[in-house]
Amino acid sequence: MKIIKRYSFPLVGIFIITIITLFNRELGMKTFNTAIYGVKEMVLVIPPVFILLGLLDIWVPRETMVKYMGESSGLKGVILAIILGSAAAGPLYGAFPIAAIFMKKGVKFSNVLIFIGAWSTTKVPMFLFEMSALGVRFAVTRLLIDIPGIIIIAHILNLLLTKDEIEEIYKNAESILD
Amino acid sequence: MINYIIYVITFILLGISFRKDKQKTKKALKKSWRAFNNILPEFLGVIMLVGVLLSIFNADVISRLIGKESGWIGIVASAVVGAITLIPGFVAFPTAALLLQNGAGYMQIGAFVSALMMVGIITIPVENRYFGKKLTILRNSFAFLFSFLVAYVIGKVVGGI
Repeated sequence: MKIIKRYSFPLVGIFIITIITLFNRELGMKTFNTAIYGVKEMVLVIPPVFILLGLLDIWVPRETMVKYMGESSGLKGVILAIILGSAAAGPLYGAFPIAAIFMKKGVKFSNVLIFIGAWSTTKVPMFLFEMSALGVRFAVTRLLIDIPGIIIIAHILNLLLTKDEIEEIYKNAESILD
Repeated sequence: MINYIIYVITFILLGISFRKDKQKTKKALKKSWRAFNNILPEFLGVIMLVGVLLSIFNADVISRLIGKESGWIGIVASAVVGAITLIPGFVAFPTAALLLQNGAGYMQIGAFVSALMMVGIITIPVENRYFGKKLTILRNSFAFLFSFLVAYVIGKVVGGI
């Protein structure tokens, strides 16, 4: 029973796909194939993310992370958050577990948010791809507006949450990792 | 390609860790597994949703929504489509290029690409597990609004309007 409850969300998904298939076999098969593709992508992206997360947790002391990206890390922390996020590959959901380990290691909240922003928009591999598909002007313009954009959004979000709410998020991040 | 590079880097680091301290490495891998196992139901659920939505929002529907008719409705539509769908970049960028060739405006494409990357309606269940409801909703809302600014600037700079 417990396992069914835990997996209720994917089970609902399977239920929806089954219903679609009953009404429209072709659409159902297409949905199924897309889901399989999604599983494949997840298998490709997720294992290194979680292995790196485990290694980071064991080998990098909290003090190091606090020093470089913590409360008093200043501009250094912001730049590091952008670089780490930009070096990433894979969809945005890969960023959340890494953000959780950052919080566990005492990274400043605004830097965690900047990291997520960078992961979503300024990823180097994607940028190169964007340049070849949509042109240099398009890609560079987007990059130039996105960098200040993610920093400003991070700070607004930081301001909109109370200290208690942020603390709650940090506690939750720790509990989801252990 | 970049995925493979990350795999190689991960394995090299894992190898170094293993040579330095077997026990610690085992502990790290156990932690990795637990962290993964914790979030697995959300991941699987999201993948099912992606399957359902991508088969509805296929390239055909997308191009009809943000194609030639354009205008502000087209911009809003493209931001909404981008916010909902979860298309990998190597599919999204060529699709966007194709839409441009077929008469879509730069503003529409800017809104689409930006919302696609920053807003994740489908992945909200995953984000929610890590960050809670309030931050998840706020972050996605701001990212969505920001996409319109991106659209405007790209329209000005690239489209020359």
